Formats: sequence, structure tokens, C-alpha cells
Amino acid sequence: MDIILTYGKVFLTGGLICTIGQVLIDKTKLSPARILTLFVTLGVIFTFLGIYEPIVEFGKCGATVPISGFGYSLFKGTVKAINEKGILGIFTGGVTATAGGIAAAVVFGFLASLFSKPTIK
Amino acid sequence: MKIGKQTIKLESKPCIYSTSSIVGPKEMQGPLAQYFDLHIKDVYFEEKSFEKAESKMLETCINNLLIKSGITQNDVDIIFSGDLLNQCISSGFAIRNFDVPFLGLYGACSTFCEGLLLSSIVIEANVAKQVIASASSHFCSAERQFRMPLEHGNQKSPLAQSTVTGSGAALITNREVADNGIHITYVTPGKIIDLGVTDMSNMGAAMAPAVFSTISNHLTDTGRTIDYYDYIITGDLGIHGSDMLYELFKKEGIDISKKHKDCGVLIYDEENQDVNSGGSGCGCVASVFSSYIFNELKAKNINKILLIATGALMSPVSSSQGESIPGIAHAIAIENEV
Repeated sequence: MDIILTYGKVFLTGGLICTIGQVLIDKTKLSPARILTLFVTLGVIFTFLGIYEPIVEFGKCGATVPISGFGYSLFKGTVKAINEKGILGIFTGGVTATAGGIAAAVVFGFLASLFSKPTIK
Repeated sequence: MKIGKQTIKLESKPCIYSTSSIVGPKEMQGPLAQYFDLHIKDVYFEEKSFEKAESKMLETCINNLLIKSGITQNDVDIIFSGDLLNQCISSGFAIRNFDVPFLGLYGACSTFCEGLLLSSIVIEANVAKQVIASASSHFCSAERQFRMPLEHGNQKSPLAQSTVTGSGAALITNREVADNGIHITYVTPGKIIDLGVTDMSNMGAAMAPAVFSTISNHLTDTGRTIDYYDYIITGDLGIHGSDMLYELFKKEGIDISKKHKDCGVLIYDEENQDVNSGGSGCGCVASVFSSYIFNELKAKNINKILLIATGALMSPVSSSQGESIPGIAHAIAIENEV
């Protein structure tokens, strides 16, 4: 039962974040690139304000997988690196913490391009 | 001869002798499918990239025009052609295989009418006897050029139009060489109108004022009224841009909605095809005119039309620098000899 409840929370959190993105696409003139940047930046700001951590605790992957979760990781990685290395951590922390995601995007993007071609719907 | 402010009267009445069209799979699912000469089943058209596919499509379209007209490339004096890609590569690479002088054009979606207009002027000037005007666009190459590569898979805004995969070509002749009774009588090259619209996903709104300006000036210059024409055919305002045009004319007390057709609206089935505000791209007006509309003219179902192709003269660079979208519209009066 617990696991179903967890899935429910993750689905709800991820779904809500994506719904905000969809509403922005449909109702505003923001381009997808701007919405993406906005979500990353808001992820950083909300983590700084202590708002995003409780959302992650509640929604887990539902909050870390959407692009706002990238901002969350950037902020947390930077804070961790500053604590460990001092001021240099400002520059190394964010990318270190998100290295897995970035490398995976490149590798899986490359693999997908070997087996598929883009086309129209 | 120039009459009024911006219209040219063509005394020699150059003839649109024949046309040729080719479209992609999505256009073949639309309501005009039966009118197109050729179609490609796959957006790659057996090529490695969308850009190569677009060039091949245009080349095929021009070859088909030569066959339909019963002439060879040696009979053609000039080819005017354009497309949406940087440096007009679709046209350049398609026409490198022809042994004919080539003049490349860029007028965004207005390119086909710009080509027809220039063709009719060189015939009027009697410096050429048989001229080809053509244009092409391809959904997939246009997405890469203006928005995001298809690999990115991003969503489109509901007001955005969908670029047509297609090419159209027309042979314009001196009437002494070949005549079928379909003539270009007046042309009105458009002025750039920019009312400060910056939304790249709503280009109909940026272009409607340009269409309004060109139609109004055409009517003033020729002393005609809307009623003179069977149809006012625009390409491509889409659904939202067309509504805006009706509003602009309504303010002048003129209702053009019953006389108006838009190629971007005609080419797709709004209900069943996911195309948001309708079709766009140089290939839209080019393929729709070269198929359905030319057919109707030939069958004498319609006899007097004002064809107006509209262009949004921005680039992704100008848009990201915050520039607004300059709109342009060129009008051509095409009349059947009755």
C-alpha cells in the first residue's frame, strides 16, 4: 500500500510541475527555450528559499526528474562544494552534482541517434 | 506601365501557361489531395537529409512543369525561385542541375508571388519569352531553420502555423509564344508594413496589416472594388491572420470574408489534422495555386482572382534580438479571357 501511495505522490508532483509548463506554452507567448530556462532558474531560487526541499521530500522523483530538479541539484551541489572546497566550489559544485545527468543526456542522445531518425508526426 | 502609387499594369498580359505541384505526406491527407500532380510518400524523399529532400522535390516539380508544358529547359529564359532556408539552398541546389539562368529570391512566404510578379515584368519588358517562377518549403527543414531541429521535439504554440512540405512552379509566357487565356493583368508589389508584432509564433497577425495595405492600394490604383474579383486569395495568413484581415476591412466598412480564401486554411483539414492555425511557408501558396486554384481557373469555375502572398521578413537572429516582424504582401491580378 505504501508503495502505491509513494507512486501517487510522485505522479502528482511531477504532473503538477509539467502542467504548469503546459499552461505556459498554451497561454503565454514564452518560447519553450525560455520556459526551460525559467524552470531551471526557479528550481535554484526555490531551493535557496527552502521551498523546493520539502517538495522533493514529498514528491521524490516527481520533483527531481523535471527540469526544475536540475536547478535543485545545481544549488545543492554548489552549497556542498563551497562547504568542502571554499570559494572554488561556486564554480565546480553545480556541474559536479549534475555531471551524471549531463553525461547521460549526451550518451543516450547519441545512442538514440544511431537507431532513429526524426520525422513528422 | 505604372499606375497609381504602386501598381503595374501589364499591357502585354503575360500568360500563366501551366503549373506543377508536389507535396508531402501530410498535405496528401488534406482536402486538396486530388489536385496535386505529385507527392512524396516519405519526408526524406530517399535522401539523407530534409534539405536534400526539399531540393529534390523542387527539381522534380520543375521537371514535371517542363513535361506538362511540352518544352525543354532550352526553351526557358530565366528561373526565379526561392525558399526558406539560409542562402536559399533548396533553390540553388535544385536548379544547379538545369542549364538555365537562375535568379534566387527571398520573400519568406511571399516568394512565389514575388517570382510570378518578376516573371510577368520581364515578359512585359519583352526581355524574355518563357520564364519559370517556383518556390518550395519543407516542414522539417523549416523547423530546423526557424525554430528547433525536430530532434528537439518541442511543442508548438496554438497560434503557430505549420510549414507546408511542398513545391509549386509556374511557366509564364509571352502570349505570342503560348497562350491558354489565363493572364496576369496587374501586379502590385507590396511595401513593408511593421506594426511592432514580436511574437514569432503568431505570424498571421504580423502579416495581415501588410495584406490590408496591398489590397487597399491595389484597389485604389486600379479603380476596382472587391466585387470585381471572384476571389481574393491569400497565402498564408492562416485562421487567426484571416480573422485579423476581416477585422481590418470591417473598419473600412467592407466585408471580404465571403470573397476571401487563404491557402494556409485550404490545404489542411482544420478539424482532423493537428496543424494549429493552418499552413504556411513558400511551398503553401506555391503548391495550392499550382494545383487547385490553377485548375479552377482553367475550368473557368473562377475567372478573376487577386492572388496575394504574404511574407514575414524576420529571422531567428532578429527575433532573439527583440526585433519586431516586418510583413510584406505582393498582389497579382489573374484573369481569364472571357
